[in-house]
Amino acid sequence: MPANKFNGFSEFGIGIGLRVPHYDHILSRKPTVDWFEIISENFMIDGGRPLYVLDKILEQYKVVQHGVSMYFGSAEKLNRDHLRRLKALVKRTKTPWLTDHLCWGSVDGRYTHDLLPMPYTFEAARIAAQKIREVRDFLEVPVAVENVSSYAEFHVSEMTEWQFLTEVVERADCGILLDVNNIYVSSQNHNFDPRAYVENIPAERVAQIHIAGHSKYRKYILDTHDHPVIDPVWRLYARAIERAGHTATLLEWDDRIPSFDEVHNEALKANKFLASASLAAAV
Amino acid sequence: MSLAALQRRMARAVMTPLTPSEHMRPAAANGRSMREEAAAFIKPNDRLTSFERLEIYNRQYWWRILSSLAEDFPGLQAVLGEQRFGAMSKAYLSDCPSRTFTLRNLGSRLESWLRKHPKWAGSRQALALEMVRLEWADIEAFDREQKPPVQEGDLRGVPAPKLRLALQPYITLLDLRYPVDDLLLEVKKSGEKEFASNAFREHHKRKRVAAVARLKAARIWVAVHRSENSVYFRRLEREEFLMLRALGAGKTLGHAIDAAFRQSAVPAAERPAKIQHWFHHAAAIGWFCRPDRTATKDKS
Repeated sequence: MPANKFNGFSEFGIGIGLRVPHYDHILSRKPTVDWFEIISENFMIDGGRPLYVLDKILEQYKVVQHGVSMYFGSAEKLNRDHLRRLKALVKRTKTPWLTDHLCWGSVDGRYTHDLLPMPYTFEAARIAAQKIREVRDFLEVPVAVENVSSYAEFHVSEMTEWQFLTEVVERADCGILLDVNNIYVSSQNHNFDPRAYVENIPAERVAQIHIAGHSKYRKYILDTHDHPVIDPVWRLYARAIERAGHTATLLEWDDRIPSFDEVHNEALKANKFLASASLAAAV
Repeated sequence: MSLAALQRRMARAVMTPLTPSEHMRPAAANGRSMREEAAAFIKPNDRLTSFERLEIYNRQYWWRILSSLAEDFPGLQAVLGEQRFGAMSKAYLSDCPSRTFTLRNLGSRLESWLRKHPKWAGSRQALALEMVRLEWADIEAFDREQKPPVQEGDLRGVPAPKLRLALQPYITLLDLRYPVDDLLLEVKKSGEKEFASNAFREHHKRKRVAAVARLKAARIWVAVHRSENSVYFRRLEREEFLMLRALGAGKTLGHAIDAAFRQSAVPAAERPAKIQHWFHHAAAIGWFCRPDRTATKDKS
């Protein structure tokens, strides 16, 4: 199920996030990379170097848009100006699918610029699903939602996180951007079995997978995207691939960013698991 | 608790300023214990109390927006010093939280806020305000729209005095009293010097700022603009500035030239050559575009 309606029936391999410290390397060396993921908000601007670089990248590479501020889970209405800008970017990049987080981050027009966790309630699922549908209809591109890492749980929750994710994506009929590092981080912070999460999500809806590193503190784990991927996360990835098939995979590295080659080589470790999944599917 | 009520409650807590030691405040703005407030909607676990879990978000929020503002205004930080800048940033962001999806606009209200709250800049209010204007213009020049530059054909058939031209949206014209352009370039350059220790850099910056603050105010005119995707600060002659400002405000070329030389000491005989030079330069780097309903900014 690598290509499905949730990722525009595309067959992407292993990509990495497009980040400023790597611009010169990519533009001058033109390394072979399956695809780049861009943070949409960094390019929802009117001009200047970011758009120049993006256009150069688009001449040579496949690009998928990943957003950080749509806030599908917010109780407030969608921001129309945001959507119009996003649509202009979608036209520019021709992204085959678009992703953002299942979270919230603004209230009364004030933005926290964070990915705040959802209460796992049926009301929240209904609101989020409605918004995802609105966004997909407006942008005319498949949408997949990402599970976030979290540090708090709410008394009002009525189900587990994976049940909530399933409830939302089935109501919205959308895809999942499954972040296996986020599953691991949250499982450690909230004492649940991360395998149970991977086993129970609707695998046929997985449009893309995120892998990343994190930072471990004494009492909790923080999703910092500043380290290589650890073995337990690779094991979750392997199981996710077993269930979902050869899925577009993206390594996120956002802080203390090492050289392009180091980031790319870390991402390419996913090949080992993808090859096994392909073999299993063939047998 | 409804989704809207829970989100409003959590956002209020997350956006509450931290204590000086960068922890969550023990009491909310309404006087209620923050421990009780957190426990009302967040579950504790075997390692963290509800308060501690909420505090993770509270700290991340402030660290994120404070570092973003510091990244955008290194010049103001140099003018005020690290400590005063930190305190000012907390006060500003408490009064003016982000209202757009992008952190790029975090400093958009800093100039007007600082004018209303002069205590944060102390004796360096004038210098601080000029630096804020320059740094905001720098942000605007980086990613504002570039319209198609005016072509010769666009001008054909219009008598020169009646001609109207707009300035590119990425250009900001600044009328300044301190050479903050030089200071900002130095501050940015010192930030790039990896070989210099932090202590040396800070000492050097403090010395430079003090030297600029002691300068007798002398007007300078600067265009903050973009060329080939890099931002530049270009010093202008007074009359050149006035002419561009009038054009940017939608005046005809005839009016703009009148405005430029109204109280000018430039001898009449030298004016045509100067005008021609300014025009050639501005046209060559694509500063002029066709006017539309949106007036070009004028921040003089």
